[in-house]
Amino acid sequence: MADIITAEGLVKIYRGRKSEVRALDGIDLAVPEGTVLGLLGPNGAGKTTAVRILATLLKPDAGRATIAGHDVVRESDAVRHLIGLSGQYAAVDENLTASENLWLFGRLYQLSSAEARKRATELLEQFDLVDARDRVVKTYSGGMRRRLDLASALIGRPRLLILDEPTTGLDPRSRLGMWDVIRGLVRDGVTLLLTTQYLEEADELADRIVVIDHGRIIARGTADELKAQVGGERIEVVVHDRTRTDEAMAILGRIGMGDAGIDEHTRKVTVPSDGGAKRLAVVIRDFDEAGIQIDDIALRRPTLDDVFMALTGHATIEDGSDEPVPARRTA
Amino acid sequence: MTAPPSARSRGRFGQALTDGLLVGWRNLKRIPRIPELAIFAILQSIMFVVLFVFVFGGAIPIAGGDYTNFLMPGIFAQTIVFAAATTAIGMTDDVNKGIVDRFRSLPMTRSAVIIGRTFSDVIYNAGILVVLMVTGFIVGWRVDSIPALVTGFLFLLVFAYAMAWLGVWLGLMVPTVEVAQQVIFTVLFPITFLSNVFVPLETLPGWLQPFAEWNPTSTLTAALRELWGNPGTSTSTSLASQEPILVTVIWVIVIIAIFGPLGARRYRSMSR
Repeated sequence: MADIITAEGLVKIYRGRKSEVRALDGIDLAVPEGTVLGLLGPNGAGKTTAVRILATLLKPDAGRATIAGHDVVRESDAVRHLIGLSGQYAAVDENLTASENLWLFGRLYQLSSAEARKRATELLEQFDLVDARDRVVKTYSGGMRRRLDLASALIGRPRLLILDEPTTGLDPRSRLGMWDVIRGLVRDGVTLLLTTQYLEEADELADRIVVIDHGRIIARGTADELKAQVGGERIEVVVHDRTRTDEAMAILGRIGMGDAGIDEHTRKVTVPSDGGAKRLAVVIRDFDEAGIQIDDIALRRPTLDDVFMALTGHATIEDGSDEPVPARRTA
Repeated sequence: MTAPPSARSRGRFGQALTDGLLVGWRNLKRIPRIPELAIFAILQSIMFVVLFVFVFGGAIPIAGGDYTNFLMPGIFAQTIVFAAATTAIGMTDDVNKGIVDRFRSLPMTRSAVIIGRTFSDVIYNAGILVVLMVTGFIVGWRVDSIPALVTGFLFLLVFAYAMAWLGVWLGLMVPTVEVAQQVIFTVLFPITFLSNVFVPLETLPGWLQPFAEWNPTSTLTAALRELWGNPGTSTSTSLASQEPILVTVIWVIVIIAIFGPLGARRYRSMSR
């Protein structure tokens, strides 16, 4: 299918009095229609700058970008008919009600008053805001406000939905709710460009991921491809009795692929593996037969955090967690 | 899919008008939702009326009339000069809250955001003026005739429109609402005080008089006094004192001619 987003060599430089920051330093993108692209990076990586250029809010200093073939600078009006933008910057009016916001944005999207009202009603139902429709938005919870924000972006049935950090600042429950909503939209066939600093979020929602840091693309691919760059999964066992770690290493060496390693300090024995959770059962059985007590056991799958660490040499800001996937979740 | 739907058929002007009205509707809709803003704007002006009429009124003799009739046109003028603050703060707030970005991501006429803002703020200030005029009548302010009152009222609104453009530009120049408030207060307070609003021009030091005389707050005040038959006509022979209506109209044109393009350019350059 044709690419709905193309970008070639996008550069954006913010000039201060003394310094200049290359917020974007040559970004190329090609997003096929009907897919979800996750733009992943820490705070200040240039994600929002890229989104603002694609949404016609900002002019690039170099390079060009098109949405469905329309140049974002020269044909910005045509582009605005095709996109819906939602996120940390494009907001709703907190002193209007949900109905008023949606109607206003619908009208400004050049829908007729009746169309705008009809579309607003549909969206209020879709986003579970019917009961709150006549309440002023400043009384809304964070999750409700984000849903309204997303509804506003959809008012004109855009071909391309751009979500800039749709869940930043939401509590975990609201975040999961937001993911469900977004997945629903994707099922309905909307093309989505999503920025996030949450690796988990890109993994959950995006077909393809572009990792950016300091205004440059440092990796691209599917979540699995990116994870493959930092190697496969590993089995990790924390042995209770320090004197029996050698035996543990021997057992793991037999089960896994390759030699087992050990961290003497934490008594953690590790081996590369390819058998998924089934191998864990074998490990537990063999340790049990040998009478070696296990304090903790996990199948360690590389997270996008590992990817980020491997690519940039620094962790992401929001979530630098290096936690293994608990065995119970994968078994 | 090439040509965007609907929009073009109504023509650019029709769309600009509709979009401007929609933005204006949105601005007006907000006013009763944040009543503090309007209430304090009105209270501040009423406070000036009360303070000056009852505290200074006895101490400042006015040739050919009483102090209340001298003061009220100046209070209206001062209120309208400060109207720039409402616009600036509203504009800064919309930029910072992301409303302007939302508007700019929609296929609407770009200028509608500014045009809607200037018109809705004139309507807002018309409401504030009505409340103030009623207050004026209560404390004893009188005018020659109803047509004169209406003419003066409309004159104030025309001036308010010019101040709205100043406010748009200021609002787009400053980073936060707090800075907008500081700047407005620092700039506008001296302008409204170095004028004929509270005292006759002749009581000011000689070197200050030309500035006070040509100050748009003064010419607007003098124009209103002339229109309404209120006392305080200056004995000065300069054009500003002899033809205050004309000079005020020139001020309106100058202010719009300067700050209209500046504000519009600033708004356009936000995408850089």
